[in-house]
Amino acid sequence: MTKPIGSAATTQQPAYSARDTLARLLVRWEWLLVVLIIAVAVLNTRLSPFFLRTNNLLRTTSDFMEIGIMMLPMVFIIVTGNIDLSIASTLGLSASFMGWLHIMGVNIWLAATAALLVGALAGLLNGVLIARLRLPALVVTLGTFSFYRGLAYALLGDQAARGYPPAFTSLGQGTLGRTRIPVALLIFVLLALAFGLVLNRMTFGRYLYVIGNNEEASRFSGVPTVRIKIAMYVLSGLMAALAGLILAARFGSTRPDIGTGLELTVITVTVLGGISIFGGSGTMIGAILALLLIGILRFGMGLVNIQGQVQDIVIGSLLILSILLPRLAGQLSAIRSWRGATLGKIGLALLVTVLFGWFFFWSRTLIPAK
Amino acid sequence: MRDQAPVMEVHHLSKHFGGVRALKDVQLELRAGEIHALLGENGAGKSTLIKIMTGFYQPDEGQLVFEGQTVHFGNTRDAQLAGIVAIYQEPSLFPDLDIAENIFVGRQPVQRGRVAWRQMYRAAAELLQQLGVALDPRTKARELSVAQQQMVEIARAISIKAKVLIMDEPTSSLTQNEVAELFAIVRQLRTTGTAIVFISHRLEELFALVDRVTVLRDGAYVATQEMEHVTTSDLIQMMVGRTLNELFPKQAVVPGPVVLQVEQLGVPGSFADISFTLRQGEIVGMAGLIGAGRTAVARTLFGIDPAVSGTIKLDGHAVSITSPQVAMALGIGYVPEDRKQQGLVLAMSIANNISLPVLSQLSSGGWLNTRREQQLAATGAQQLEVKMAGVRQQVGQLSGGNQQKVVLAKWLGTNPRVLVLDEPTRGIDVGTKAAVHRLMSSLAAQGMAILMISSELPEVLGMSDRVLVMREGRITAEFTRVEATQAKIMAAATAA
Repeated sequence: MTKPIGSAATTQQPAYSARDTLARLLVRWEWLLVVLIIAVAVLNTRLSPFFLRTNNLLRTTSDFMEIGIMMLPMVFIIVTGNIDLSIASTLGLSASFMGWLHIMGVNIWLAATAALLVGALAGLLNGVLIARLRLPALVVTLGTFSFYRGLAYALLGDQAARGYPPAFTSLGQGTLGRTRIPVALLIFVLLALAFGLVLNRMTFGRYLYVIGNNEEASRFSGVPTVRIKIAMYVLSGLMAALAGLILAARFGSTRPDIGTGLELTVITVTVLGGISIFGGSGTMIGAILALLLIGILRFGMGLVNIQGQVQDIVIGSLLILSILLPRLAGQLSAIRSWRGATLGKIGLALLVTVLFGWFFFWSRTLIPAK
Repeated sequence: MRDQAPVMEVHHLSKHFGGVRALKDVQLELRAGEIHALLGENGAGKSTLIKIMTGFYQPDEGQLVFEGQTVHFGNTRDAQLAGIVAIYQEPSLFPDLDIAENIFVGRQPVQRGRVAWRQMYRAAAELLQQLGVALDPRTKARELSVAQQQMVEIARAISIKAKVLIMDEPTSSLTQNEVAELFAIVRQLRTTGTAIVFISHRLEELFALVDRVTVLRDGAYVATQEMEHVTTSDLIQMMVGRTLNELFPKQAVVPGPVVLQVEQLGVPGSFADISFTLRQGEIVGMAGLIGAGRTAVARTLFGIDPAVSGTIKLDGHAVSITSPQVAMALGIGYVPEDRKQQGLVLAMSIANNISLPVLSQLSSGGWLNTRREQQLAATGAQQLEVKMAGVRQQVGQLSGGNQQKVVLAKWLGTNPRVLVLDEPTRGIDVGTKAAVHRLMSSLAAQGMAILMISSELPEVLGMSDRVLVMREGRITAEFTRVEATQAKIMAAATAA
């Protein structure tokens, strides 16, 4: 693609005023996600009496915890304008490594620790190639995507590792003490809190945004960009391995194809959460809200027997909307009066919600319910 | 040239962005065959005015009259079809297309539905020849210097038979020789009856070129004058609304001990055998043509491209500067030449930018201390008199001069002992320029050692205690403040 060398003519920042900040605060992406979540929840409740049962809601979370855990470092990576396509393969490699050790008779906790280490190493390799050798993240992780999955197959072949002790499977299946709170949910909540704090309150998080906005300027300001990017990929590998352990514990077995395709779901959720794919902006809250939205959407659609393929259509269109809307909203901002722009954005949000609701209803008719 | 009917007139033009007034009741009159300077500090409304004239923005009030008719340009294409063309500071060519394709982009000569390539290259060659530019029309734009890219844009303007040519700071990244060539071409264009609007912050160069001048201040029209009836100080007074006594107020300082000593520094392909010293309280100017290797030396001192050969001594101790982090720990600061790409994170706030180099010092155990960050930023911004709504304002929303002040505040916040300034006043208005010069002078008086790279000779002569001149990766001359003259520096900078 050819781009003009300079773009002096095209960028003129709008003038700053306190009103603008207020408007920006009111029409944030996160609020749209909240509105959508409420809309989907209300719809679900009307469609199925089972939706609001605490049991059901809690149980369904476990289907999303692996995605959630991998999403946390993915937010970091996308905020810096990079990508990691290898996470699901790292998950597969780590879980398979653990399964292989288990078959060899190694203690399961030792095997799990080794699997976490393998995940971190897999991330380290990505990080060194991308940050130190400055290779493009997309290509590097596309390569390791195949490479790590291949290693998983090399380890386990056609067999599946089975017979994990109950103490281990409770990681994926168990609940906390006498409560109904799944262990995996607790792990995710604690990690989400930690990752959120790092992103918002620590220098590391600030550096991630700076790198995503202008890597050259961050280098010229003495930001240790290479070390930060490597650390971020190591975290990504480590979390993928953890997700692998939880998934293996939930299934009670490991096959080398475990978690195939999850990387795309993770990226979908992250982008839907308002993390700009170009880097530099987005919040952890947004990503978590998007995870929640996708979670209850899938769960609700499942409850009323909407088939998986149709669910994919709904989520796919939601993703496209998520990148289309901010652009439309940006054009609305060009409207001179502040009130007009804000009203326009709210109107747009309402329109989308209504359209989405209609689409949601209509999608049920695509494949007749049994 | 005089008493001609105007080609283009602008009447009572007003434009607002959000709640902010960018232009109010501005007028401008352009005659055929004149070079008309448009002057004003950054933020005075020059950019907005030319963007309205070229159809990029539409005015809120007022009208444009072109060849006697009131016109409305809905977009830049409308304006271009009418014959109004703008050339910006940074040329916007397509880097992977060649010169001829860039000149005729979107308007390729067509024969029987196919691009007539031969005809296009012949026409491009003729245009280049007419401009006296020795370039092959098949050269890719990315291989051209900034000056050559501008020539291509001018050729393009001629080929669309532009009646009004707007040049927005075309000289800011050109060397003296290139400026002279550009001026020759602009004068030649004048004889063909083109009206030329010329924007530049280098006042001294305008007198040699311009017929009339219109000054804007704070979005309002100040005056239009014949250039021969005004002086530099008149212009400055019109632009800033007050008199600036001296543009280069370097205080005399007795230099202290040597802080930085560079011996036979080299990076293959960039520069070689660079030796100089920098004393406490001293400002050393580094002059030379663009591409002479001055910025490369600065990057090496700051650890971005570490030295391959030679030594750097700080206070007499040899140091190995392998990264910007090391340089900063040693007390070296670097204000880079490219403010937008290297100096600032435009999308982030003033506070975030100023605190960036010292973020780890402002935090405890990796936790950000936003209160201390805001304080540091507020102090820094205040010291430099940054015009802003608050330290949370996005840097990208500030004018160029204020952005440069933020970069300076950012580096002063690191308390450097050695400060390398790369083109510290490029593209900023006279008021800010004077403020930057005053600041440099007082920093030196407080004992800071400053290395200043500048392509503006008056600035080098006015601010430096000593002047180093570089040519083709080597230091070719060194002058004391007393010895240095414009002629001597130019002789050392060019192959003389």
